[in-house]
Amino acid sequence: MAVKVMIPTPLRAYADKKDSVEVKAATVAEALAALTGQFGDLKKHLFSDDGKLRSFVNVYVNDEDIRYLQKDQTAVREGDTISIVPSIAGGARN
Amino acid sequence: MATKIGVPVEPAAKPVTLSKEEILRYSRHLIMPEVGMDGQLKIKQAKVLCVGTGGLGAPLGLYLAAAGVGRLGLVDFDVVDSTNLQRQVLFGNSDVGKPKILAAANRLHDLNPDIRIDTFETELTSANALEIFKDYDIIVDGTDNFPTRYLVNDACVLLGKPNVYGSIFRFDGQITVFGYPGGPCYRCLYPEPPPPGLVPSCAEGGVLGVLPGIVGTIQAAETLKLILGKGDPLVGRLLLFDALGMKFRELKLRKNPDCPVCGEHPTVTELIDYVQFCGIRGEEAPSMATNVPEITPKNLKTRLDRGDDLYILDVREPHEYQICNLKGHLIPLGELTRRVNELDSSREIVAHCRSGKRSADAVEFLQKAGFKKIWNLKGGILAWSDEVDPSVPKY
Repeated sequence: MAVKVMIPTPLRAYADKKDSVEVKAATVAEALAALTGQFGDLKKHLFSDDGKLRSFVNVYVNDEDIRYLQKDQTAVREGDTISIVPSIAGGARN
Repeated sequence: MATKIGVPVEPAAKPVTLSKEEILRYSRHLIMPEVGMDGQLKIKQAKVLCVGTGGLGAPLGLYLAAAGVGRLGLVDFDVVDSTNLQRQVLFGNSDVGKPKILAAANRLHDLNPDIRIDTFETELTSANALEIFKDYDIIVDGTDNFPTRYLVNDACVLLGKPNVYGSIFRFDGQITVFGYPGGPCYRCLYPEPPPPGLVPSCAEGGVLGVLPGIVGTIQAAETLKLILGKGDPLVGRLLLFDALGMKFRELKLRKNPDCPVCGEHPTVTELIDYVQFCGIRGEEAPSMATNVPEITPKNLKTRLDRGDDLYILDVREPHEYQICNLKGHLIPLGELTRRVNELDSSREIVAHCRSGKRSADAVEFLQKAGFKKIWNLKGGILAWSDEVDPSVPKY
């Protein structure tokens, strides 16, 4: 199933400056694995050392937070959009 | 989410009315049935606190003062500098060097002399937040750092006050209303902040000057809707704005029953140490890589002058290189992993960036990759400009 993964601005530096990537996957976990397989530098920004999705990064399938679906086992269908939404703080220089 | 909106506004001691001059001033509000006389009186009786008078606080302050919010609190302890003027439209050239709070209060008082402006020239802390917040109906978060955002959130939840949230990065904005009765809070969305250094800060990312204008005015609109009790507030919805694509998207936000502050069994029942919570020990050490070998700008200059064979590695972005450079070899930090073969580990390498944070990460990475003779330029090109060559522009 081809799904679109939206890359947020702060992480585009680690994804060849792309704002979205199309991957083939049946679950969110497969989609993120395909993504980090393609862009290795993204891995440490999305996952902690024990392989868990970092708590300041939320993942949505269409407009729904996967924490309230089946987490990374949430199924994705052809044409779905997966959004990676990290927390951002503001416009400061520090 | 169908939510009955509106915040309880305390009845005034004596009936609040509008003067003839105020009726004229607010006539474009008064002729709309959604506002009308009742709504304008609600606005006049409302008490709103803006935390931060920077990029987001500027449009917030201007529009809330213009709309006639009767009591407007401002919290900031910063001083206006020239890099603020690209986006902080409350201030002008003549304000550079002045406390923001003073310049903001003067500007807002000039815009609307009928409203009361409270100024708090202080850093918001766990010791003063509850005391400052308690007199206001709505808190608007226009801050720029994670510790203050978690502090504002927790204080709002503890006091049961809505928190109109907006944040920005480069071309992206996020806006929502937290802390509304029955609605989610910031910790429901993000239980923890990112560790320092993992997500690029705005120092590396920058921000389009007009972006806080757009996000701040959306926050102002949400604030006025809460006061009026009209429309659908951004409760349970996270609005994402992308200025480059010029797109708005909306994601569902849910109240987390396990939330440590607003959940069913809260573990955070008073304000905590947010600087520690966010893992920042002072503003000077936000990088993850802190124990890498360093060279000072003066030492580097001495060694270059005597002809030592040093290889300068610049890990900034190409557009930063155009602003100023030390004639180094440019490999942006994000490309270092796959371009490491461009470097010769037998030579001495000095890595630098703007301030020394990204290059510290680069040095740490290269050490792990087996590079032995590598140093980080302490303080980056900013320190080079301060200590060696003032003709190098700072940015």
